[in-house]
Amino acid sequence: MRRSRTLSTVLQFWRSSLEAESEYQLNLVLECLAVSGNLAGSLFVLSLLFTGQSTLGGWGWNEALIVLGLYTLLDGFTSCLLQPNLSKIVNHVQQGTLDFVLLKPVDSQLWLSLRCFSPWGIPALLAGVVLVGLGLQRSGTGLQGEALVLGSVLLLSGAAILYSLWFSLAALSIWFVKVWNATEVLRYTLVAGRYPVSAYPPALRLVFVFVLPVAFMTTVPSQALLGQGSWPWAAGSLLMAVGSLLASRWFWRFALRHYTSASS
Amino acid sequence: MTSARAAIRIARTLLSTQYAYMLEYRAEIALWALSGVLPLIMLGVWQNSGAASQAGWNPGQLRHYFVAAFLVRQFSVVWLIHVFEEDVVSGKLSPFLLQPLQPLWRYFAAHLAEQATRIPFVALMLLALAWVNPALLWVPTPENLALGIAAIWGAFLLRFLLQTLSSMLCFWSERAAALDRLLVIPYLFLSGLVAPLDTFPPAIKTVALATPFPAMVDFPARLLAGLPVDIGAGFLSLMLWCGLLSPLCWLSWRRGLRRYGAMGA
Repeated sequence: MRRSRTLSTVLQFWRSSLEAESEYQLNLVLECLAVSGNLAGSLFVLSLLFTGQSTLGGWGWNEALIVLGLYTLLDGFTSCLLQPNLSKIVNHVQQGTLDFVLLKPVDSQLWLSLRCFSPWGIPALLAGVVLVGLGLQRSGTGLQGEALVLGSVLLLSGAAILYSLWFSLAALSIWFVKVWNATEVLRYTLVAGRYPVSAYPPALRLVFVFVLPVAFMTTVPSQALLGQGSWPWAAGSLLMAVGSLLASRWFWRFALRHYTSASS
Repeated sequence: MTSARAAIRIARTLLSTQYAYMLEYRAEIALWALSGVLPLIMLGVWQNSGAASQAGWNPGQLRHYFVAAFLVRQFSVVWLIHVFEEDVVSGKLSPFLLQPLQPLWRYFAAHLAEQATRIPFVALMLLALAWVNPALLWVPTPENLALGIAAIWGAFLLRFLLQTLSSMLCFWSERAAALDRLLVIPYLFLSGLVAPLDTFPPAIKTVALATPFPAMVDFPARLLAGLPVDIGAGFLSLMLWCGLLSPLCWLSWRRGLRRYGAMGA
């Protein structure tokens, strides 16, 4: 009963934000241009990295395409949900409107995370899916049901890690107020996920697994999709996802205890 | 004479107030400095790929190039459009227009102050790099350092002018920032920020060099890193593009201002 009310609330949120966003139809053209431009640029740089050699960190061209595709997909997810919602937390804190959010009979983390849905991430989502499909088809492994299931689950857990990171960074604004671009930092460092983790020097690889877990966002799900998933990595990814979701929850509660509203 | 003195006084006041303002938000600026790590990440990929040696670069040159690109990026960041868009949409621009000072100077001073605030954070990051691997850093010759700093300034000016031009669209459209995002794409891929121009196929390199983007990263970074570079051509390209953009900015400012209805008017 309660869950269905949450669901219908979220659907209502998204309907209203879709209506608001449909005012700006030119955005669709801009977004499609941006996605194709970014994709062309990424493919170009990837081809530069492949000049004179057939692998990048042990990954062939087609497999690297899957990694890039998953990156694009997650980028679309970011534009659809993370960016429109979480970048507003900062404004709420700065202007004191967070008070109104806290007064609502909805969980504040849920409200802040899912209030808006921006359709402008959809072109990137589609492009990502196409790129992953293309890479899978051309790598010759074909699509195995089992690999697809595991890959999707790991992609979801990657998305959960991504969300937790964004949310926790945005929650920092309770203390620092103007961390307007804390989330931009994340966006720029996550670019590392465009390439398989094994393409980096060993020290950076450790960073990308334990500190800034981009490995779990693109590389691990790609391996699973290719049918090369391994249980330790899968378990690690799921653990990381659950852990970071719980941590973001705890961190938000902790931050709220320090919230003193705008004028006090 | 008095006008020159007045200009200096205004500049000093603007810079010192903006610097104080920026210091207040130093946490944000530290984060911003962190967000410039892209060239360092790309260095990681390039180091392991071996594609750079195909273009005749040795590992040392590659390291210095990307660390230099990192520095160039740090001191040529322009965020005018985000502030300007908000000021236009919310009408905050109106009080600035009442003052006997072209409002763009205010934003320009804010950028300079932000760069000054950034220096200690960038120094810290360089220290961290030296701690990770001392071979990442090098001492440029005084000549290269001076020219490199001049080129970074030129790159900053060019980026500021380019974004001023796209910011003027705020007078016509509510979502000029979205349009500006499109300009970031060629900047990202053609400037040399993520891949050295030397690794480009010749045809694409020629196209890239015909755009203003390589002057924004590739040229200053090469100067700083002590890589072979055509100094005259680089500065000429910076000056030409700045010379081309300034009158366009001035014109679009004048035409845009006529469209400005101020908030609620």
